[in-house]
Amino acid sequence: MKTLAPATEQARYIGQSLARPNALRLAEGRGTYVDDIELPRMVHVVYWRSPVAHAHIVKIDASFARMMPGVVAVVDGPQMAKICKPWVATLTHLAGMKSAPQYPLAMDRACWQGEPVVAVVANTRVEAEDALQYLVVEWEALPALIETETALDAGSIVIHPQLGDNLCFTRSLDTGGVDAAFASADAVAEVTFQFGRHTGVTLEPRCQISDYNPSEKRLTVHHSQQAPHMMQDLYSRQFGIPESQIRVICKDVGGSFGIKVHAYPDDFATVALSVLLERPVKFVTDRLESFTSDIHARQHRVTGRIAANKSGEILAFEIDDLTGIGPYSMFPRTSAIEGNQVVNLVGGPYRHQQYRAKLNVVFQNKAPTCQYRGVGHPIACAVTEGLVDAIAQKLAIDPLVIRQQNVIRDDAYPMTATSGIKLEGLSHQQCLDKIAVMMDYPALRAEQAALQKRGIYRGIGIAALIELTNPSAAFYGVGGARISAQDGATIRLEPTGAITVMVGVGEQGQGTEAIFAQIAADAVGVSMELVRVVTGDTDVTPYGGGTWASRGAGIGGEAVLQAGLALQKNIVGVASVILKRDVSEIALVNDAIVEISSGQSLMPLAELGRVAYFRPDSLPAGFNAELMVTRHYAQRDYPFIFTNGVQASLVEVDVDTGFVKLLKHWVVEDCGRVINPMLVDEQMRGAVVQGIGGALFEECLYDDAGLLQNGNMADYLVPMAAEMPDIEVAHVETPTKTSKLGAKGAGEAGTAGAPAAIMNAINDALSPFNTTVYSQPITPQKILRALGKV
Amino acid sequence: MKAPAFDYVKPHSLAEVFPLLQQYGDEARLLAGGQTLLATLNMRLSEPSVLVDLSAITELRGLTLAGAMLRIGAMVTHSEIEASALVAQHAPLLPLAAPHIAHRAIRNLGTLGGSIAYADPAAEWPTCLLALDGVVVAKSATGERRIRADDFFVDLYTTTLLPGEIIVACEFPVASANHWCDFDELARRHGDYAIVGLAGAGQRSENTLAQVRLVFLGLGATPLRALQAEGVVKSQPLTASLINQAVAALKNELSAVGDLTSDAATKMHLAGVLLKRMLMKQMQSKNA
Repeated sequence: MKTLAPATEQARYIGQSLARPNALRLAEGRGTYVDDIELPRMVHVVYWRSPVAHAHIVKIDASFARMMPGVVAVVDGPQMAKICKPWVATLTHLAGMKSAPQYPLAMDRACWQGEPVVAVVANTRVEAEDALQYLVVEWEALPALIETETALDAGSIVIHPQLGDNLCFTRSLDTGGVDAAFASADAVAEVTFQFGRHTGVTLEPRCQISDYNPSEKRLTVHHSQQAPHMMQDLYSRQFGIPESQIRVICKDVGGSFGIKVHAYPDDFATVALSVLLERPVKFVTDRLESFTSDIHARQHRVTGRIAANKSGEILAFEIDDLTGIGPYSMFPRTSAIEGNQVVNLVGGPYRHQQYRAKLNVVFQNKAPTCQYRGVGHPIACAVTEGLVDAIAQKLAIDPLVIRQQNVIRDDAYPMTATSGIKLEGLSHQQCLDKIAVMMDYPALRAEQAALQKRGIYRGIGIAALIELTNPSAAFYGVGGARISAQDGATIRLEPTGAITVMVGVGEQGQGTEAIFAQIAADAVGVSMELVRVVTGDTDVTPYGGGTWASRGAGIGGEAVLQAGLALQKNIVGVASVILKRDVSEIALVNDAIVEISSGQSLMPLAELGRVAYFRPDSLPAGFNAELMVTRHYAQRDYPFIFTNGVQASLVEVDVDTGFVKLLKHWVVEDCGRVINPMLVDEQMRGAVVQGIGGALFEECLYDDAGLLQNGNMADYLVPMAAEMPDIEVAHVETPTKTSKLGAKGAGEAGTAGAPAAIMNAINDALSPFNTTVYSQPITPQKILRALGKV
Repeated sequence: MKAPAFDYVKPHSLAEVFPLLQQYGDEARLLAGGQTLLATLNMRLSEPSVLVDLSAITELRGLTLAGAMLRIGAMVTHSEIEASALVAQHAPLLPLAAPHIAHRAIRNLGTLGGSIAYADPAAEWPTCLLALDGVVVAKSATGERRIRADDFFVDLYTTTLLPGEIIVACEFPVASANHWCDFDELARRHGDYAIVGLAGAGQRSENTLAQVRLVFLGLGATPLRALQAEGVVKSQPLTASLINQAVAALKNELSAVGDLTSDAATKMHLAGVLLKRMLMKQMQSKNA
């Protein structure tokens, strides 16, 4: 691997595989998750949720529930609507997008199974659940719209009559010469892809404690959330409480994956209860209600076409995407982003000149969908890479070769891709070359052919991908969503020479705090043991966007770097005054001020801290030691900084049973500067596993009435260790020039590429039978049907 | 979710259990490991007023050889069966099946008696009990009776156990020198309830199987014997064509109930694959 120049003069930690300082605390069970927090006078809420997909709420009889022991309150939608404004989740830059007003609790109509309708509050969770059984809600089932395919038909019910139809958002993109390209092509392939609706299953469910103190008119919310400042802003606006009177604390978060970056109706309902009852209210979703109240994602049907010349040159892509998002667009990021991403990303790695896309985002009576790890990328990548394999097969060109032939050249950047996305600098060619060596591609192909003669059907699938990271305000801010695109970091020198780093980007279990400590230690020039990182508290950290869109390292990390460099400069300034030496002669290295010429230590940092904080009288008049600095960073050069990578999968398909055995998975990824290789590898592996979940296992299965049939951990199949392959990860580093750190995001690319690689590998294994499977999750039954065996 | 309130009793002898069952009737549930029951309580699918924890009753423990039968106490855990040399010697089908039962943590707590009493048609132990022609030993305040597995599983989660009766042990005929058995199942994830599984047992002589019992899990409301398929292979030398006849007989005699991701046709196809593979393996091992 080409070695990058270090990001800082001292490079002790950046680039090293270091264990996370917070790992031991979490492994020992000494984390502070929301449910670990007990506040005085705290009560517990459970929600009565709609048991059906669409219902008119006729009457709520809480008289029996109120008689139950420990019950504090039973509150319905109209009561809450008096103190919490409804919201409509749209973005102005998604032209024409529409949704309907949504309330903390359903007012007189529930629109999906799982929508919260009534809150039951009691002294303990058990008492609340006991009382819930005695709540009598009279409802009348309404006709439900379940299938996306019929959502826009004239005869279908319109979920929100005031909107006129069930179309949330539509978009078309056309480069103009698509028909001509298809007409002139030597080969055309067309495929219809199905993607099953699934969800992100976090180890810690969504949970919250809302604590309203009427004497101060102050709201404190402990929340398992990815974007504390966003929630502070939303609570402020929906409840009319000044922002400065709201504190959101997100301490340890047990996994998020995008599930915890949205503002759920029950989030607002829990805050409303705390305001009404003037005491702390705890809400913890249980695993069963998580399945019907957490966001879902990825329900798409995409018909795609690809055109190419005999030589293998790809000329054009065309897609038509239909996606169902539930009855409301999710607040505040909206549910149109996923489909919009699919349109932006299809064909992303390639040099074709023509592209046409059509997107329809429709309402339906199922759980709302929204951004989940990878957001649109797994769909776009599977469509693109499935089409590339389809055309390669038609042309009898090797799948690796056709990719090497068609990817955008490594020296072509910066450039604008055919869909209009701006690409700063990618390394498709290097990545493809590297993975071919890693997997010993020719040997694998030879082995595949030899085994096939013995009736063993192995397949090799390759997927090139691009991944959106380090977003500018183009994602949400320009569309009117008050979600910060910038992030800040404050670093303070303590009198002992230690430093405290406060960052707007939080920790979700992925190691963000570890890399911030690495960056801060190098930037300031101190040992990592002397670094303490504080995140997840709107009262404490600089304002920031939080953790999403693979922005933590690239945006938050750059803010930490800049703050660290600025603090180092200030410290050297103080040292220069104390030591009466010119700043050019001295430096801060390894916890001490040293003489540059000799390398000799002149003063430990702790001594500088002592003088600066306790003996400022000894410093010259008019000199102030500024030993706490804040810097902010926003990526403003491109809408997004894309990363790239390639994944490959080796599978064996049992053609009698339709079972797929995952034998091996390879990843070459380019997230720019790698701050901690071990953590990036862990992110890649975890994300690949989540991608495999979507490809083979996970699906929210609804019946014809819109009832979720597998909302439990026995029937909803998350990927588990026994079925996972070894995942080998390697890196290419093309740093972004938009920051000094040069880091891009690494959290989502694994999820983006894995479904495509797995699907292509399965279809490669099935190729001797001239059949294919393009419906995910790819179950044994779907494979058996493709083989004509059932 | 939190379980509704219940009383908890932990008797130390069987004699203490029967009065409790008499007193509480349907309101009592026996806690025999709790790997199914506790989840249903937490989901409020079941609201018994008292749980009778059987874990302290020594009479329900122990693995013993009693004449021609291997007796395994109802409260013996899946892990204990999996690791027992006595079981490996005398009922080798059981350690073949045990690793398929859920995950280690569950096998450490779940018990044979609990699994047999719950009678999940996709569970391994009921299927093995039927394949080995085992016997359920049930006791009540008035006495003990032995129920053959063939007569025990009658419908979905339904057995011929009577109110007031509890399973104290299961007995398995001791494997003879020419005992044959095999087990396999197809689950999308290891440890899940399988789409379909097959336990086979019988007597082996060269390439011929006799007294064959072929029992499928996951197809219907109970573990299902494929009597016609058994009849096809019984006492005939195994050949590819005989095996195909057995698979055809199986598809003729049994029908499946589909699940969320595998319909009846898929299940029957997979059942045929399991049967064919199990018999082919036996045929090839004899020819080798």
